[in-house]
Amino acid sequence: MPINYYIFLAIILFCIGVTGVLTRRNAIIIFMCIELMLNSVNLLLVAFSKMHHARALAAGAANTTAGIEAQLFVFFIMVVAAAEVAVGLAIIVMMYRNTHSVDINFLNRLKN
Amino acid sequence: MGATQIIFWILSIVAVFSAIMVITRKNPVYSVLYLIITFFAISGHYVLMNAQFLAIVNIIVYAGAILVLFLFVLMLMNLNKESEPKKNKFMLWASAFAGGLLLYVLLAAVHTAHIENVKGIHVGNIGLVSELGKALFTTYVVPFEITSILFLSAMVGAVVIGKKD
Amino acid sequence: MLLSLFTDWAFLLEKLTLVVAVVSIGLVVAMYSTWAERKVAGALQDRPGPNRAGWFGLLQPFADAIKLFSKEDIIPSKSNKILFVLGPGLAMLAAVMTSAVIPWGDKIVIAGREITLQVSDLDLGVLYVFAVVAMGVYGVMIGGWASNNKFSLLAAIRGASQNISYELAMGLSLIALLFLTGTLSLKGIVVGQQENGWNILYQPLGFLLFLVCAFAECNRTPFDLPEAENELNFGYHQEYSSMKLGFYLFAEYINMFMSSVLMATLYFGGYDIPFFNEAASTLNPTILGLLGFGALMTKTVLFILFFMWVRWTIPRFRYDQLMDLGWKKLLPLALINMLITAVVVLVKEYGWPW
Repeated sequence: MPINYYIFLAIILFCIGVTGVLTRRNAIIIFMCIELMLNSVNLLLVAFSKMHHARALAAGAANTTAGIEAQLFVFFIMVVAAAEVAVGLAIIVMMYRNTHSVDINFLNRLKN
Repeated sequence: MGATQIIFWILSIVAVFSAIMVITRKNPVYSVLYLIITFFAISGHYVLMNAQFLAIVNIIVYAGAILVLFLFVLMLMNLNKESEPKKNKFMLWASAFAGGLLLYVLLAAVHTAHIENVKGIHVGNIGLVSELGKALFTTYVVPFEITSILFLSAMVGAVVIGKKD
Repeated sequence: MLLSLFTDWAFLLEKLTLVVAVVSIGLVVAMYSTWAERKVAGALQDRPGPNRAGWFGLLQPFADAIKLFSKEDIIPSKSNKILFVLGPGLAMLAAVMTSAVIPWGDKIVIAGREITLQVSDLDLGVLYVFAVVAMGVYGVMIGGWASNNKFSLLAAIRGASQNISYELAMGLSLIALLFLTGTLSLKGIVVGQQENGWNILYQPLGFLLFLVCAFAECNRTPFDLPEAENELNFGYHQEYSSMKLGFYLFAEYINMFMSSVLMATLYFGGYDIPFFNEAASTLNPTILGLLGFGALMTKTVLFILFFMWVRWTIPRFRYDQLMDLGWKKLLPLALINMLITAVVVLVKEYGWPW
């Protein structure tokens, strides 16, 4: 598959995630949309990694590990996402305990 | 159309469809389940690109741990009713429009950009666990250790925040 | 890789046959596990066990199947219908999927064609097993939630948190094993054991931890809290009846079978025949392959019997004891085991540094 297709797919997924963050008010769903955005970026990174690798292979470098950084980057993104979810969900549970709702619009208390 | 292309299209359609379902379902539990399908489709893409390690880690971390956590929270809070708060219709359409606009701008920008068409994106074995392991534990061992500290602090943070007091 | 799958029809046919064979073996073994369980229970409690249907009650599983199939299939009216049906299916799927990476034997030769007795020799066999085990939680959670019953939901959350807690210790005990084998492929692990002796000799503590965690993952006694019917409640499948309930119960037996196979493969040499040098033997490879399969099956059956023996011997844990054991005992033990193994492997490789 040409790399463009992966770029388009990642953009579509990312924009769906953005739209979800903008349209929904349920904090958990907003969180899930953020995960979706992270995943679309991961997909794009893996596609680019393979693109660089293919280019290095085409240039005649055998045994090259060009492009491996992007895959490690994806790995680290997953790690950070897991940590983020642990803390984020704890915060949402805390918020639910205090306000009995996961509606983010209840969180504008600092406004006035 | 070769087998790879057919699989690519099926996976892409599944991913996009279930991603749309994630943001449109009223019931959050359905959203989580559709998100699982999306992640499986993305894992399928990784397999297609011969990034096997990431494919399986994606399933273990996202579908096996993160989304289970989401389900836990949803089920324990009993948010399974149609609990989406009422929202201003105008705001809804405005935000959907903004998202669509972003999609349009990004697609237009990428569409006109010159992208080198590299052949053979599915070859090479850098996605295998041995190659990734070598790089991870030699060149990138410091970031790896830092992520473990990050994990530890996240764990402590989650416990501290979630504690009843 | 994928392209060849579509062009090489013989290959596709071979793999399909293998998949069907492996899954049906799993189902048959699980079916007769239900019979064996009652026989073992009978033997331990000094009574005959099932002996009416057929010779020694051997037709009992069929009688059970007919009973389950012909019962009324109730879907609670307030339940979530799609997910209610999906739950048992997911549980079954997750139970069967492990079989894809297990090496059931070395190879057999049919009409000059070498057939490896393994559906797929994945590079990351062990990780794949983890992914499938992680998927097993969904069958429980979705089924319990879709029943729209508070007790089902509580039992589902109880079961899922048990699975997740023990998955951790299981993973850590396996990591120590992977230090020794140096490969994630289950086939590679078995081949390594054929050369260097079984892993149980090097990882006794790891095996013990894995065993306990496997019991917890299969929801077997002493960890069968998700379905502790006489003290807590019947569990996440409380609202299920007929064959949907049968699927859940059956999935448990398949899980038991698969974890027995896994234990045999990871720690007891897999298809390695004890005290017999396969590499030097002059036997026909087909016979050798079948003998290896027989050896694996023998080990597996012994493990299944062990599962049953424990079930009728040890009483159930209390829930806080269960979590205590998982988090405060097994997890630190697994970490210590991992640390010691790592040090030993390093010292063996690079020598004593001082």
